[in-house]
Amino acid sequence: MSLNLAIDVRLDSFRLRVDVDVPTGETLAVVGPNGAGKSTLLACIAGLVAIDSGKIVLDEKVLDDDDIRLAPEERDIGVVFQDHRLFEHMSVIENVEFGLRARGVRRKDARAQSASLLDEMGLSNLAERRASDLSGGQRQRVAMLRALAVRPRLLLLDEPLSAIDLDSREEWRQSLAHHIESFSGTTLIVSHDPIDVERLADRVVTLDNGRIIDDERTTNGRS
Amino acid sequence: MTSPGARPPRFIRVIAVVAIVFFCLPFVGLLWRTPWSRVFDVLGDETSREALWLSLRTSIAAALVSVIFGVPLAWVLATVDFRGRNIVRALCLISMVLPPVVGGISLIFSMGRTGLFGRWLDEWFGFRFTFSTWGVIIAQVFVAMPFLVLSVEGALRQVDPRPTDAARTLGASSWYAFRRVTIPSIGSALIAGTVLAWARAFGEFGATITFAGNYPGTTRTLSIATYSALENDQGRAMVLSLMMILVSFVVLIALRDRWLGSEASR
Repeated sequence: MSLNLAIDVRLDSFRLRVDVDVPTGETLAVVGPNGAGKSTLLACIAGLVAIDSGKIVLDEKVLDDDDIRLAPEERDIGVVFQDHRLFEHMSVIENVEFGLRARGVRRKDARAQSASLLDEMGLSNLAERRASDLSGGQRQRVAMLRALAVRPRLLLLDEPLSAIDLDSREEWRQSLAHHIESFSGTTLIVSHDPIDVERLADRVVTLDNGRIIDDERTTNGRS
Repeated sequence: MTSPGARPPRFIRVIAVVAIVFFCLPFVGLLWRTPWSRVFDVLGDETSREALWLSLRTSIAAALVSVIFGVPLAWVLATVDFRGRNIVRALCLISMVLPPVVGGISLIFSMGRTGLFGRWLDEWFGFRFTFSTWGVIIAQVFVAMPFLVLSVEGALRQVDPRPTDAARTLGASSWYAFRRVTIPSIGSALIAGTVLAWARAFGEFGATITFAGNYPGTTRTLSIATYSALENDQGRAMVLSLMMILVSFVVLIALRDRWLGSEASR
C-alpha cells in the first residue's frame, strides 16, 4: 500500500517531472524554491491539474494514467490549501461537515460528527462563527478539520504553518504533528521551514525547476 | 469617496442636469395629466385587475423559466470551451437588442400555428401558443432571459475558482460544488439578473402582442392593456402607466440598494 507518482506535466514553459513512491503511513515533505513546482505537484495529485502523461496510483487504485482520470471528488484525498479556501459564506461547522454532506451523509449525522471533531480540537465555541470572521490561526485549524472530516486516504498540506506567526508556531507544530501521527494514511507536506520539515516529516524530497534533486530521510524518519 | 480633483467642472454639471430633466419630464407630464379622481376606479375595475394579475403571473413564470434555463446556459458559456461559442452566445443574447416585434414575428414563424415547429404542436397535441398564456410566457422568456444570462455569465467568469476546487477535493460533484459554493458567491449577480429579467418580462409588449395576441384574460397583459386603453380612454392609460412606473421604480430602488450597490462597493 502506497502512493506511486510518475508525473509529467507542462504548464506554459514550465515542466514538472516527478517520480516518487511513498509507503502508506509515511510523511513526505516536499521542499524547494518558489516556482519549483511544489504546489503544482499537489494540484496534480488532487486532480485539479491534468497531467500530460504518467501515472498516479494510491493504494493500488489508479487515479490518473493515459486511460483513467478520476475527478477530484473520486480520489479520497484531503487537501489543506495554503490559502485555506474556506467557504466564507458558511459557518465553521458547515465548512467542516461540507465533505460529509457532499458524500451523502445525512444532515444530522454529518452535524454530529463535525461537532465532535470541533470538540476534540477545542473549537466548539467557534462552530457557529462565519468562516470570514476567523483569525489566520483559526482558519488554519478549520481547513485541517474540514479535510480530515471525510477520512481521506492521503493528506496534502500546502505550507500548513505559513499563516501562523512565529510566536505560536511551536504550539502549532505540535498540534500538527499530533494530527499527522494520528492520521493513518500517507501525508505529503509542502513547506519552506526546515524546522517544520525536520519535526513533521519522515523523509524529504527537494524539488528544483520541476525535478527532484534530492531525496533523504529526516532524523525523524531514521528513528 | 471621490477626490476633489475628480469632480467635474460647472459646464459638465449643467449638461448632466439637462439629462436629468430629460428623464424627469415625461413623468412630470404624466403626473400632471393623470385624472387622479379616477385612480381607484381604474385600478379597482375587473379588466385592470385581470391585466395586472396576468402580468404578474406571466412575468414571474418567465423569470423562473429564465433562471432554470439561463443559469445552466450561463455556466456552459462561461466555462466550456467549444467551437463557435461566440456565435452561440450572440444568438442567445440577440433578442436583447432586437426590436421586440421582430422577436414576435420570428416566434410566429417557428412556434406559431403555421410555424415550422408550431405546426406539429397543433397537429399532434392541438396546442397553439396564439391567444394562449403560454405564448405570453414564451415571448417574455425570449426577450428577458438574455438579461439573466449576461449577468450570471459575467459573474461566473470573475468568480474565484479556488473555493470550488477545494469543494471538489472534499468529495463534492461539480453540480454540488456549483450549488453550495459557486452560486452563493455570485448571489448578487444572480438576483440582479433575475430581477432585470422579471422587469423586462413585466414590461414586455411588442413580442407578446405579435406572437400571443391581445385577448382579455389570457394574453392582454398590463402593458398591452395600457396601449389598448390609449385609443379610447387616455385617462385609463395614464393610470395604468402610473402603476407600472411605480412597480418598476420600487424594483429598481430595491435592486440598487440591496444588490447592485453592495456589489459596486466590494
